[in-house]
Amino acid sequence: MLSVSKIETFYGESQVLFGVDLEVRAGQVVSLMGRNGMGKSTTINAIMGLKPPRTGTIEFENRPIHRLPSHAIARAGLALVPEGRQIFPNLTLRENLIATAANRRKRRHPWTLERVFAMFPALFERRDNRGDTLSGGEQQMLAIGRALMTNPELLILDEATEGLAPLIRAEIWTCLEALKAQRLAILVIDKNLRALTRIGDWHYIMEKGRIAWSGDSAALAATPDLRLRYLGV
Amino acid sequence: MTWALLLEQFLNGFQLGVLLFLLAAGLTLVFGIMDLVNLAHGSLYMVGAFICATLTELTGSFGWGVLLALPATMAVGVIVEMTALRTLYARDHLDQVLATFGLILFFNELTRIVWGPEGMVIPLPAWLDGNVEILPGVHYPTFRMLIIAVGLGVAAALYVLVVKTRTGMLIRAGASNRAMIGALGVNIKTLFTAIFGLGAALAGLAGMMAGPIIEVSTGMGEEILILAFVVIVIGGIGSIRGAFIAALIVGLIDTMGRSFLDVLLSAAMSASAAETAAPALSAMLVYILMATVLFFRPQGLFPPHGRQ
Repeated sequence: MLSVSKIETFYGESQVLFGVDLEVRAGQVVSLMGRNGMGKSTTINAIMGLKPPRTGTIEFENRPIHRLPSHAIARAGLALVPEGRQIFPNLTLRENLIATAANRRKRRHPWTLERVFAMFPALFERRDNRGDTLSGGEQQMLAIGRALMTNPELLILDEATEGLAPLIRAEIWTCLEALKAQRLAILVIDKNLRALTRIGDWHYIMEKGRIAWSGDSAALAATPDLRLRYLGV
Repeated sequence: MTWALLLEQFLNGFQLGVLLFLLAAGLTLVFGIMDLVNLAHGSLYMVGAFICATLTELTGSFGWGVLLALPATMAVGVIVEMTALRTLYARDHLDQVLATFGLILFFNELTRIVWGPEGMVIPLPAWLDGNVEILPGVHYPTFRMLIIAVGLGVAAALYVLVVKTRTGMLIRAGASNRAMIGALGVNIKTLFTAIFGLGAALAGLAGMMAGPIIEVSTGMGEEILILAFVVIVIGGIGSIRGAFIAALIVGLIDTMGRSFLDVLLSAAMSASAAETAAPALSAMLVYILMATVLFFRPQGLFPPHGRQ
């Protein structure tokens, strides 16, 4: 479904990605792990067209997307839950959900306000509050809801649970499991090894702009020294 | 000083205020969302007035002149955006100021070539050319009342557009986080061209409304553009509501100051001193207001929250 091949990215003269390969298949949950500054967000930004790669290719459903502007990539069926959530502060919660909503591939059962509120009941009570008055957990749920309202084929989360309270984290993971059960493909950056091992199908660990290790959940669980070597936890 | 005169000057100030609002609405959206300083906004005010003058002459009707000139001015705005301004978004403000100043010169020269060096007059139809009795014994020009009505109507329509519609949500979302609405599938280029076209039509409308009162002439956009910039800075860049309120304040203060400051000052100083000081001071009033607002609220009265 998503196939990233040998992408290299530069900030000015300094190279940050060195030939990253990554694949997400239909219905899979794929994780991207690694310490801070190893190139995870840069990889996501390359996929979303926010920081296009200098070389390499990115294909989505067998169509090259690495030369497209970011709105065209989103329209191809990718939706981003960005780092820092980036809720529109001057819009109400409800407006955040509907402003960019779309059903471009004419799904028969598209995401609606009702479905998002059913998934995150806490959002319903806050629907008329402005984005900048929401708590971190509410903002993260809203960012996921906002992405779902574009009816994507692939949901990408940059830091799914960072900085959230344990209860909220659990709720986010439950939500991602429910989305997986509905056969939505998910690419997720996070540091929570246990949750990722549970719901992930395939895992990538990045180090210094390269994929240092990849494998399935069983392999991840069976290789305890990965933690020390690459994740520092 | 009579109450009738006070009311008349109040309405004059209000009418200048709504004209400023028509001009400032587009300016504040363009500055707020795309971070573009567009000095050539006043040129669209001028072009709108000239096109309207010509179309009024051709059709023999001011109403048709305005109706046809609106889409024409919008088209001019869209062409300017797509050919010239689009290349400037990523540049810094100084580049934008230089380039759009160039556009002012271009448009002033263009109107001189097309319409000649002397200005044009937009004749009003008979039903607009008279006065209405707004209070017993108080008469006020019908056309100026129409300007106020049109301005308030546009303000109401813009309010509905920005607050109630999805396009309005995208406009507000774009003012706070442009990159994010792109990553959610919205083509910001198309959205911005549309916003610019709308802003151009509103600036043109202001020119068409001002045309019958002042003469339509080359360079008419520059003076009012400065006031429009004062308005958007006071109101908070990117805020339609701020532009509306600030435009009325600026229009009222400017007009009332020019009419009554000498009377007020003569209460505190000799009549001759007041007569000398008042014109100088009244010309400065709106800038003093702007400086005061900026001192207490550097982001303006109604900043759209979350702009970085």
